[in-house]
Amino acid sequence: MNQIQPTKPSHPILLVLFWLYVLIPLSWGVWSTIKKALALFG
Amino acid sequence: MSGFFSKQHSVAQPGYSRWLVPPAALSVHLCIGQAYAFSVFNDPLTRVIGVGSSASDDWKLTTLGWIFSLAIVFLGLSAAFGGKWLEKVGPRLTMFVAACCFGGGFLISALGVHLHEIWLIYLGYGVIGGIGLGLGYVSPVSTLIKWFPDRRGMATGMAIMGFGGGAMIGAPLSVLLMDHFKSAESVGVVQTFLVMGGLYFCSMMIGALTIRIPPPNWQPVGWTPPVVQNKMITDKHVHIDQALKTPQFYLLWLVLCLNVTAGIGVLGQASVMIQEMFKGLVTPASAAGFVGLLSLFNMGGRFFWSSASDFLGRKNTYFIFFVVGAGLYATIPSMGMAGNMALFVLLYALIMSMYGGGFSTIPAYLADIFGTRFVGGIHGRLLTAWSTAGVLGPVLVNYIREYQIGQGVAKADAYNVTMYIMAGLLVVGFIANLSIRPVHEKHHMKHGDFDELDGIYPADDAEH
Repeated sequence: MNQIQPTKPSHPILLVLFWLYVLIPLSWGVWSTIKKALALFG
Repeated sequence: MSGFFSKQHSVAQPGYSRWLVPPAALSVHLCIGQAYAFSVFNDPLTRVIGVGSSASDDWKLTTLGWIFSLAIVFLGLSAAFGGKWLEKVGPRLTMFVAACCFGGGFLISALGVHLHEIWLIYLGYGVIGGIGLGLGYVSPVSTLIKWFPDRRGMATGMAIMGFGGGAMIGAPLSVLLMDHFKSAESVGVVQTFLVMGGLYFCSMMIGALTIRIPPPNWQPVGWTPPVVQNKMITDKHVHIDQALKTPQFYLLWLVLCLNVTAGIGVLGQASVMIQEMFKGLVTPASAAGFVGLLSLFNMGGRFFWSSASDFLGRKNTYFIFFVVGAGLYATIPSMGMAGNMALFVLLYALIMSMYGGGFSTIPAYLADIFGTRFVGGIHGRLLTAWSTAGVLGPVLVNYIREYQIGQGVAKADAYNVTMYIMAGLLVVGFIANLSIRPVHEKHHMKHGDFDELDGIYPADDAEH
């Protein structure tokens, strides 16, 4: 098995930005759904 | 195929972080998950001509219902028939085609709404969009499993969680856009479709451009495969066509189908069920809140259960779904009769978490049983179980309910038999899961078998 050694690692900022790119809309969707779900307990 | 979208060009260079793959997969799944929010267009689409209210020439809800049904049918068909192609060309080209189909489907549908030609929407969102859904759904699965041999369940759970989350983004986004574009002359659906088609195409393309497949024989730095092998996790590979000749494929098909049938059946009835069981206590608005809560548990369960399966084992995880699930389904009627709404909501939410978990744990289960080489394609073929359950679940629930009411059973009590039948389905699922054994070695691939489909992974990988 090859153990690929990272020679030029992916930039951490790129990683953070990419995760934010998917997590921000997801969080918005979850928040919208939570607001709707609160009607059950209102 | 050569060029930028070829499999060869999407092999990761040294240093590429595998943690870029889950957001690449999410970029696609968060888009295609919009399909479950398509119903927000139903009401505006019945007022395209009349705008304020339906005109006589406007489309009826029954006509519009076929759009979603067609999309789900073509999701299943494209996942089943496109799986082998996906393994041949790799995830990048598959995601690109999925982006063109899903984004393009919206554009064709916008034209359909503009011209008021329903067949264009059937073709656009239903057929072409549905193909995009299926290809997009299966495209990152095998890549994730190859990048995360140490956490197969968690990796696929992240992507498939995105499919659940996509509806949560798609619904408020659609409403926001339609509110922005609507006027005295238009319900704003045409412009909304155009914007969403463009947005989804771009987002899916970001996923396609970012995703990479690991080099041959890659494994995470510092990780070595466990010395004591779990008998239920093979290090061999079964060819996509050979998998169909094994009993394990059909048992897993049954496991997925029964888990989804039970879940999808009661999910579609959740709003009506809580209102009828707790008459006077639950308004339509709070029932919609209940459905929202269920979708949160559905999404959370996708990540939680598939991640937990990395520790519990795939077979044990499905045992939990079937044993605990059957118990919960059987308990719900008594919660309704006792008037205990809090417990009713909690049990229902747990059921939905396991319904979602069933979807997200199945790819890792397939990889354990059939190996990682063709898991994307095999997963695609197994998704016909989802399509089947999508028809079976609601039909079963509606038919049983109508029959009960026809027999004079009170509406609030009409769900009891349904829940017991769903519990029975899960018992059958338990037996199917119990019967799953490792695949016989005669089905395993031998040296040279890879040449047909692959130029990346060497034949030696077949027997290591």
